[in-house]
Amino acid sequence: MQKSLNIDPGKCTGCLQCEMACSYEHTGTFNPSRSYIKVFTFHHEGRFAPYTCTQCDEAWCMRACPVDAIGIDASTGAKVVYEDKCVGCKVCTIACPFGTINYSQATGKVVKCDLCGGDPQCAAACPTDAITYVDADWTGYDRMMASAAKSLPSAEANA
Amino acid sequence: MSWTRKLLRVDLAKGTCTSEPLNMEWAALYLGQRGLASKYLSEEVDPTCDPLGAENKLIMATGPLTGTMASTGGRYSVITKGPLTGAIACSNSGGFFGAELKFAGWDMIIFEGKSDKPVYLLIQDDHAELRDASHMWGKTAWETDDIIHATHQDPQMRVACIGRTAENGCLYAAVMNDKHRAAGRSGVGTVMASKHIKAVAVRGTQGIGNVDDAGAFMQATNDGKEVLAENAVTGQGLPAYGTQVLMNVINGIGGLPARNMRDVGFEGAENISAEAMAEPRKSDGKPNLTTNGACFGCTIACGRISTVDPTHFSVKDKPQYQGASGGLEYEAAWALGADTGVDDLDALTYVNFLCNEDGMDPISFGATVAAAMELFEDGVITTEHTGGVELTFGNAEAFVAITEQMCQGGAFADDLGLGSKRLTEKYGKPDLSMSVKGQEFPAYDPRGIQGIGLNYATSNRGACHLRGYTIASEVLGIPVKTEMNDTDGKPELVKAFQDATALVDSAGLCIFTTFAWGMDNIAPQIDAACEGDWSVENCLEAGERIWNMERLFNEAAGFTADDDKLPKRLLKEAIKDGPTKGQVNRLGEMLPKYYEIRGWTPDGKVTDETRQRLSL
Repeated sequence: MQKSLNIDPGKCTGCLQCEMACSYEHTGTFNPSRSYIKVFTFHHEGRFAPYTCTQCDEAWCMRACPVDAIGIDASTGAKVVYEDKCVGCKVCTIACPFGTINYSQATGKVVKCDLCGGDPQCAAACPTDAITYVDADWTGYDRMMASAAKSLPSAEANA
Repeated sequence: MSWTRKLLRVDLAKGTCTSEPLNMEWAALYLGQRGLASKYLSEEVDPTCDPLGAENKLIMATGPLTGTMASTGGRYSVITKGPLTGAIACSNSGGFFGAELKFAGWDMIIFEGKSDKPVYLLIQDDHAELRDASHMWGKTAWETDDIIHATHQDPQMRVACIGRTAENGCLYAAVMNDKHRAAGRSGVGTVMASKHIKAVAVRGTQGIGNVDDAGAFMQATNDGKEVLAENAVTGQGLPAYGTQVLMNVINGIGGLPARNMRDVGFEGAENISAEAMAEPRKSDGKPNLTTNGACFGCTIACGRISTVDPTHFSVKDKPQYQGASGGLEYEAAWALGADTGVDDLDALTYVNFLCNEDGMDPISFGATVAAAMELFEDGVITTEHTGGVELTFGNAEAFVAITEQMCQGGAFADDLGLGSKRLTEKYGKPDLSMSVKGQEFPAYDPRGIQGIGLNYATSNRGACHLRGYTIASEVLGIPVKTEMNDTDGKPELVKAFQDATALVDSAGLCIFTTFAWGMDNIAPQIDAACEGDWSVENCLEAGERIWNMERLFNEAAGFTADDDKLPKRLLKEAIKDGPTKGQVNRLGEMLPKYYEIRGWTPDGKVTDETRQRLSL
């Protein structure tokens, strides 16, 4: 069974626990600047949006890489960067339509979410369940359910 | 070990930035942030100095847990001798600035001397330099933040800066960070302005990778987060309602002062409460509260992000104030609202925006306006002073107008910028200042609630709830309920809260965790992060040591037992009605015992034995 990160920006408070958990898992430091998940704050809208790689099946980054440095983790379906192969050319960062694979000056390689080998630490650290790790077929179903709830006659009467 | 073990010393006269090893012997005794920076201040600054002179120093300090995964581990403090009080000042702020400073590799910054011209400090990891800030002088804190971000093109840069009120000499100006978080009290921003430092901009990419025992730390912080999540206050009340959850509660028990503390109980409390903030308004169907927001690393997320009704008179033609920004917290809602008698939620939210935009402490500002309103109603201040504004209690339009004057500067702004003590002295009515050591009270009336009065009177930075929040026990029953009107046991209660708070403020954590956490939750997190033995006992002793060190600074600055007092109004004018009718604060019943259990002389001096016991 494949699982996916499921992100609900409406629940995010912008605390950055996910960024610290991610950087701690991958670099052994609490260091948001080395996190593969980013929380963006839209101050004047009063909104927060966690954002990271969605692990495309037909991954642009993987297709674009000239040295085959991006492959698939068979256990999770995550697209992972092989550090020993990556030459830091950044073509993948241009190819990715979502901007979720990034160059790291600290390593001279690109970095991206690897789903922590199947136990994503961002989801574990999120205090509000804005980030969860769910059956891949269920991504978006929570919003579908919320929309469905709105169509109930009783909910309408209450609104 | 969690400290970066490095501090940045900035000599403003010479224009130099120098890295220096952190004094780890002091860190073992004072931990970090409030404690450690106060130690540096005590050692390096003459307590009798002019707070706004070159000889005063300004310290921005993080704690060992700042920038870690410990919940709320994002705090930093600004420590200096305060111009509002003349006492040691330590103002604590959340947001994201403190953690960024730590990620850049610095435990603290010590600013010394005075720059000839406006400067800002730019820190990018190990690199630090002073840059010209002439083009930012005269700008608001929000504009300054925007200019720095535009200049450096780095959205991740974090900025702490001052607004126009600090430049204009307002004695309770704040240091603002991340636009709407504030090191708010005692005029720490005024000191920053006196040194011509407009801003500190920080970008850190080094992270924190040296916690003493990483496994134990992750376990202890996870346990701590679970306790916060399961607690009714930190898990539900604060995220949903923020600190404003208190407005109706404190009003209901007869503890909410109103109209410069002339009254207790505010008939408009409900209109400015958390419940009102959640109510959709008629004009656009949106509530005042847009969402709750967290400071760095905080799993509680009590912060309010609000909007003003776009059709409200205060912002109608001002689109720049129609977006969301930091909304009303309880203390601000009280000082700006109940204490001025204004119950217009939108007006208060707008005034709160202005306090953030131009960097002033909304508690002291609101309370000073309240004192001015009483002077106005007594005919001592007139429209000639106020530029034509009818500064009566409850007048929202007048309050908005006077706040705009305050931000822009001018003769009456200079008056209000004095704070209530100097203002009421200037107009010959010193008894109308509701302050201790020159700093205005927060939102709990010490006539109805005895222990908090003792805490106000003895707080090292002047009247303040955040030096010993006995409200937790006296009103909310945390950790145990004590009777509001009892004085028995209150000296012990106040001491325990004051000492524990001093330690929490020195760790990098937020005091709001203590609604759920005891020292037995906090000490293991510190102990796992830091070298040395940070048992519960040692943490509490460090807290007591820090409290006494601050007291010694104030003693050397000239403070005596005479300054541990409350305004006459709170000791003599009984509450007129409501559940606490007839009560006054009985400070005299508590103070001798407090001195005794502190190990001080009957006239409030720290004894040699106490110094020795605490290694002072």
